[in-house]
Amino acid sequence: MEPIVEMKNVYKRFGGIHAVDDMSLDMYPGEVVGLLGHNGAGKSTFIKMLSGAYSMDAGEIFVDRKPAQISNPIDAKDLGIETIYQTLALADNLDTAANIFFGREILTPWRALDEAAMEHAAIQVMRRLNPAFSKFHDPVRNLSGGQRQSVAIARALQFNARIIIMDEPTAALGPQETQMVADLIRALKREGIALVMISHDLHDVFDLSDRISVMKNGRHVWTGSTEETDKDEVLQMIILGKRPDGSYAPGILADENA
Amino acid sequence: MEHSGKADRKSFGARYQALANTLQLDTRLIAMLGAVICIWLFFDVFSGGLFLSPRNLWNLSVQTSVTALLATGMVLIIVSRNIDLSVGSLLAFLGILGGFAQTELLPLEGTHTWWLSILLMVIVGCLAGALQGWLIAAFTIPAFVVTLGGLMFWRGAGWLFTQGRTVTPLDTTYSDYGSGFIGETYSWIVGVVGFVCLVAISFWKRRRRMSLDFEVKPIAVEVAILAISAVLIAAFVWTMNSYDLPRSEIGRGIPAPVLITIIVVCVMIYIANMTRFGRYIYGFGGNPEAAELSGINTRHVVILSFMLIGGLTAIGAVISTARLNAAPLSIGQLLELQVIAAAVIGGTSLSGGIGTILGALIGAVLMQSLQNGMVLLGVQSAPQQMIMAGVLIFAVWFDVIYQKRRR
Ligand SMILES: Nc1ncnc2c1ncn2[C@@H]1O[C@H](COP(=O)(O)OP(=O)(O)OP(=O)(O)O)[C@@H](O)[C@H]1O
Ligand SMILES: [Mg+2]
Repeated sequence: MEPIVEMKNVYKRFGGIHAVDDMSLDMYPGEVVGLLGHNGAGKSTFIKMLSGAYSMDAGEIFVDRKPAQISNPIDAKDLGIETIYQTLALADNLDTAANIFFGREILTPWRALDEAAMEHAAIQVMRRLNPAFSKFHDPVRNLSGGQRQSVAIARALQFNARIIIMDEPTAALGPQETQMVADLIRALKREGIALVMISHDLHDVFDLSDRISVMKNGRHVWTGSTEETDKDEVLQMIILGKRPDGSYAPGILADENA
Repeated sequence: MEHSGKADRKSFGARYQALANTLQLDTRLIAMLGAVICIWLFFDVFSGGLFLSPRNLWNLSVQTSVTALLATGMVLIIVSRNIDLSVGSLLAFLGILGGFAQTELLPLEGTHTWWLSILLMVIVGCLAGALQGWLIAAFTIPAFVVTLGGLMFWRGAGWLFTQGRTVTPLDTTYSDYGSGFIGETYSWIVGVVGFVCLVAISFWKRRRRMSLDFEVKPIAVEVAILAISAVLIAAFVWTMNSYDLPRSEIGRGIPAPVLITIIVVCVMIYIANMTRFGRYIYGFGGNPEAAELSGINTRHVVILSFMLIGGLTAIGAVISTARLNAAPLSIGQLLELQVIAAAVIGGTSLSGGIGTILGALIGAVLMQSLQNGMVLLGVQSAPQQMIMAGVLIFAVWFDVIYQKRRR
């Protein structure tokens, strides 16, 4: 199968910090990739270059085998790439519909905001995620952590994404809601959407992902099928940068000895 | 005994909140209207009926107009986490520019002089605002600093035009925009048109919501709200019409500055609530990072918001100089603080994201009512200032409590 997204040899520095240092990743339709790594490993920074939030210092991104210029979030969204950010990126003072459509509002023919249409669509999409949700007129500040997360996920679903990036989508969720997101991920997978899921919950990752990719200190450690590894091996990769074959990721040993 | 009393009060508050929620009313706005009414009644009683006389209310409305007009723009500025300290100074500059254009550039008392000079003021006002907005957005210089610079700069620039000489008299047609009024008939027409628009908007909204199977307010509530608005509009027009011209029975009707302010308020309410730009202002104020990640061009939003307040400042300059029939350098001194205070009293939060146009309007009315009432009661200007300070701080304190209790 053809990859839908290829990110090749991506670099990103913040001042002296090499946040992402030669990282590559491919994504395929209908496949979930679990992106793993320590706190500060560079996972969020890496995917933010795909979402257009950061620009790459070096590297290439191909979408459908064609080089893609992603220099801002609009470019990414135009390519069908939606992101659920770790911080959720919600405007706390706006209500659910306003957040889902933030930046992509539905307008009436005379170019005013079509609140009713947006609320209508918001109700539809929220029903998929959180059937009990009813606080459509509250600012999202008044919602629980799980409800806020649902709103952030709804924003990604609303626009027929082809690629969905989830940066710790279940961090604030209870067991029931986590189950709901897991079901949702499986449903999206069946629809042929490519998903990247960042998570610290190994159980979830092993449960949901087809492939696993591990980062450490901004570098790529290992990528492979979920079936050919286990939790212990993955933990070793996350913590020590030690691959299943016993080798170490480049630059890791040097760092440890220094 | 004491215990049950407390419980009762609490449940009343809760019940009131629940009622307001079902009716979809803004409790804070209603509380503020209540405060304004209390202030009015207080001053009326202690001024022996002077305060609520048509003449005083007419004057009060004129006095409020410039502050209210600018406060509507300031709300959007503050909501998007900025501040504009330059409005008073820019207003003086634009006033002098207008006066200069009328006396030096354009034919004296020419047919087109009045509107050409107003157009010039509005364009320069927008440009000045946009310049400040650009400095803030493109170079991330804090708005406080840029507009503090504006505060010092613009009045000085006004001085350069005229070497400090007050331009007077101004064009007669132009002066009408400050001291004119539209007469009884037109006032009623304005009132009726306003009411018809309100009815049309609520009808349209209701139909739209019903077509999507949404919950709507009970029809009785809708009608009651419209009826109340009708009464308020009628009372307003009637009051304006009851202030007669000297030695006659002919009422003056709505003053030109007030009419301008009403139009501006309507336009600003539309911009704030019904346009993308308004939505982005609020969203950016709520979470700038979210706005950025949503792909919103936050620079443009900031520049546009300052351009808008620049244009409003020009309109304010027209009203204030036309009212005086002169453009002195000292005009609009400390106006920026009044405008900010009106917005803040009206519930605008300085930490961004929260504030309404209507709130700012009521804030401006509240402040001006206090000032006007204290003058009627013979309070001197020093204690006046001190009392206003107390009101400002009380209003913000009230807001803090209110916001906490809502959670
Ligand atoms: N905007 C920024 N400016 C400066 N440094 C940054 C910025 N964003 C991230 N970093 C740094 O880059 C490194 C990688 O951070 P990143 O957020 O990508 O890690 P992460 O893998 O997502 O971690 P976590 O699991 O905690 O979310 C860290 O050292 C972080 O401090
Ligand atoms: Mg992260």
